[in-house]
Amino acid sequence: MKVRHFISGMACASLLAGGLLVGAAQAQDSIYVPLFTYRTGPYANSGIPIANGMHDYLTMLNERDGGIGGVKLNVEECETGYDTKKGVECWEQTKDKHPTVVNPFSTGITLQLIPKASVDKIPILSMAYGLSASAVGKDFPWVFNPPATYWDGMSMIIRYIGNKEGGLDKLKGKKIGFIFLDAGYGREPIPLLEQLAKDYGFEVKLYPVAGKEMQDQSGQWLSVRRDRPNWMIMWGWGAMNPTAIKRASENGYPMDHFIGIWWSGSDDDARGGGQAAKGYLALNFSGLGSNYPAIQDIKKYVVDKGKSQVEKDKFADTFYNRGVYNTAIVAEAIRNAQKITGKKVVDGTDVRRGLETLNITPARWKELGFPDFGAPVKVTCDDHNGHSPAYMQQWDGTKWVKASDWIEPMKDKVDPLLEKAAADYVKSNAGWPKRTEACDKSS
Amino acid sequence: MHVEKQRPAGSALMHFLYLIFIDPFVQMAQAPDLLAQTLWEGLVSGMLYALIALGFVLIFKASGVFNFAQGIMVVFAALTLVGLYEAGVPAFLALALAIVVMFILAFVVERSVLRPLVGQPDIILFMATFGITYFLIGFGEIVFGGDPKVMITAPLYLPKGAITYHTLGGMVQLQKIDIAAAVIASLMVAGLAIFFSRTRIGRALRAVADSHEAALSVGISLEQIWVIVWFAAGLVALVTGIFWGARSDVSFALEVIALKALPVLILGGFTSIPGAIVGGLIIGLGEKIVEFYWGPLVGGGTDAWFAYVIALLFLLFRPQGLFGERIIERI
Repeated sequence: MKVRHFISGMACASLLAGGLLVGAAQAQDSIYVPLFTYRTGPYANSGIPIANGMHDYLTMLNERDGGIGGVKLNVEECETGYDTKKGVECWEQTKDKHPTVVNPFSTGITLQLIPKASVDKIPILSMAYGLSASAVGKDFPWVFNPPATYWDGMSMIIRYIGNKEGGLDKLKGKKIGFIFLDAGYGREPIPLLEQLAKDYGFEVKLYPVAGKEMQDQSGQWLSVRRDRPNWMIMWGWGAMNPTAIKRASENGYPMDHFIGIWWSGSDDDARGGGQAAKGYLALNFSGLGSNYPAIQDIKKYVVDKGKSQVEKDKFADTFYNRGVYNTAIVAEAIRNAQKITGKKVVDGTDVRRGLETLNITPARWKELGFPDFGAPVKVTCDDHNGHSPAYMQQWDGTKWVKASDWIEPMKDKVDPLLEKAAADYVKSNAGWPKRTEACDKSS
Repeated sequence: MHVEKQRPAGSALMHFLYLIFIDPFVQMAQAPDLLAQTLWEGLVSGMLYALIALGFVLIFKASGVFNFAQGIMVVFAALTLVGLYEAGVPAFLALALAIVVMFILAFVVERSVLRPLVGQPDIILFMATFGITYFLIGFGEIVFGGDPKVMITAPLYLPKGAITYHTLGGMVQLQKIDIAAAVIASLMVAGLAIFFSRTRIGRALRAVADSHEAALSVGISLEQIWVIVWFAAGLVALVTGIFWGARSDVSFALEVIALKALPVLILGGFTSIPGAIVGGLIIGLGEKIVEFYWGPLVGGGTDAWFAYVIALLFLLFRPQGLFGERIIERI
C-alpha cells in the first residue's frame, strides 16, 4: 500500500514538475496574448464571431509564419460572458502570465480595468469601444482605443445624416432619435450627441433599453411612432440589435433612416429581420467579405484544417472580420515592440510602446494582406485613438454591402470634449498617476 | 442661441403637476389610435409574461418550489426545436421531438434531482433548481452552441405581417404573430386550467400542493405528479420560447425574460393560474402605458422597473397576491 502511495505520489510530483517546466519554457519562448471573449451568455451572439475572428487570425500567424518575429503566440481565451465581474477575474487570472495586451471586449469591463493597467503594466486595447476619453495619451498612457472613439462614431453618423439632408445646416429643426442599451456602453456617446444637437439645432429623443428588456422594446418603438424622429440612431449590443431591427420594420420605420454604430451591424443582427430589414445602415471600419489575402490565409491554414470554431457559412462575416481587425492591430503592435526594443519575446511594457507607435498606412494594410480592409490608423503618444474614418454599410436583404465612402469624424467637435472628459476623469479620480512613460521617437 | 425662459417657482410646480396629472390624459384623448396601440402592445406583452409566469406557477403548486430553471427551460426548448429543424428534421416533427425532449427532461429532473431530495426543506429544492439551470446552460451550449438562431415561424405556419386598421383618427397595427401568440397563450392557459381543475390528475396535483404527506397517505404518486407538472412547465416553456424567439432571436439571452415573471407572480400569487394571467396582463398593460405616457418625464426606460414597483406595493399590502392563498400559520 505504502509503495503504491509512493509511486503515485512520485508520478504526481513528476507531472507537476513537468507541467511547471513546460509552463516556464512556454513563458520564455512565446508571446502571451490572452483574449477576453464571450461565447456564452446573453451577448454571445455578438461575442462568438468576434472571438472566432481574433482566435483564427492569431492561429493563422502561428501556422503560416511561426508566430511573430519567429516567436510563437500563446493564445488563450478567458470567458467573460460580457460580465464585468468575470472580466476582472480574467484580468487577475492572466496578469501574472505577462500578457502583452488585454482586449476586454466590453465597455463595462474596460472601465473597471483602466485603473489597473498602469499598476500591472499591461496595456488595454479597447478597439473602438470603452472610455472615449482614454484616447488622451497624456492621461491614459496604458489605454488605447483605435481606430475611432464612440464620439467619433456619433459625429460620423451625424455627418452622414447631414449629407443626406443636404448639409449639416439642414439639420436645424429635425428630430433624431437615439435608442441605446441602458449601460455604460450605450450612454457613452450621449454627451457628444447633445452637444451636436445644440450646435446644429436638432432635437434629440432618447430611448433607453434596459438589458432585460432588450428582447421586447415594444414600448420604445411605440414612443418612436409617436415622436416620429426623422432619423434613428442605435447603440445596441447582443439581442438588442436584431430585436430593434425587427421592431423598426414592424412599425414601418424607414429602414434607410435607421443607423447603428459599428457594434450594431453584424450579420446576425440583420439576418433575423431578413428582407424587412433591407435598407438598415450601420457604421463599419473593417472590410466586408473574404476577398483579402490574409482572410484567405486564415481559411487555408486554420478553417480548412479544422482549427477554428467558426461555422463555415459564418466565416468572414462582419463581426468575424472585426475580430480579425482587432488582432491585426495587436500583431502589428507586437511587431513594433520587437522593432523598438530589439527583443523577440516582448511583454506588456514593450507592447504599450508598440501600440503608441502604431502606424498602419494603406501600403502597410496591403503588406499585411488586407488591401483597403481598413482606413489608415496612426496612434501617437498624445493621441491613443487615431480618429480614423469609417464607412456606412447597408443590409440588402441577405448581406451587407458598402454604402458610402470613408466618413471623417468631426475632430473639431470631438477633441475639445475628449480633453475635457479626460481632465474630468483625472480630477474625479484622486491620486490618478501622472504620466511617467517616455514617448518613443517614432511617436 | 436658444434660452429657455425661467419659470416662477409656483408656475414650475403647476407645470410639473400638469405634466403628471393632465398632459398624459390629454395625449390619450388627442391620439386615441396611439392609446389603442399601447393597450394592444400591453395586452400582448401581458399574455407573454403570463406564459412565463405560468411555468413557475405549475411547479410551485405541485412542489412548493420556485423553479429558477424556468427561464433556461424556455431557451432549451426553443433551441431544441430550431436546432432539430436546422439539422434537417421537418418542422412539425421537430416540434413533436422537442415535446418529447421536454418530457425526457421532466423525467430526468424527477429521477435525478427531485426524488433524492424528497422531504428536504424547500430552500434545498430551490437551490437544486439553480443546479438544473447551470447544467442546462452548459449542456445547451455544448449541444447547440452560443450562436443565435432564427425562430422557424414560417415552417410552423405561424403568420407574419400585420393587420392595419385606419381608425380612431390614425392607425392601429396588429402584428399577426402577436395575435397568434395571444390566441395560443389563451388556449393553453384555458386548457391547463381545465386540466388541473377538472381531471383526476389535476385534483391529485392540488392534493400534493396542500400536503405531500397527506397526498402520499391516500395513494397519490408524488413522483408521477412531479413528472407531469415539470412536463407541463416544459410545454409552456416551448410555447413561450417560440413566441419570444419570434419577437427577437433564439439565444441564451432569452433566459433573462424569466425575470419578468417575478413581479407577475407577486401580483397574481404563486399558486394561481388565473392569477398568472391577470398579473401578466396588469404588468403588461401597466408598464406599457406608464412608459408611453409618463416615461418621457423621467427620461424613459420605466419598463425596466415599473413592474417591480407594482410588485413591491402588492407585497406591502397583499403579500399573497391577488389570487394567492392566504397563509395562516399557528404559532
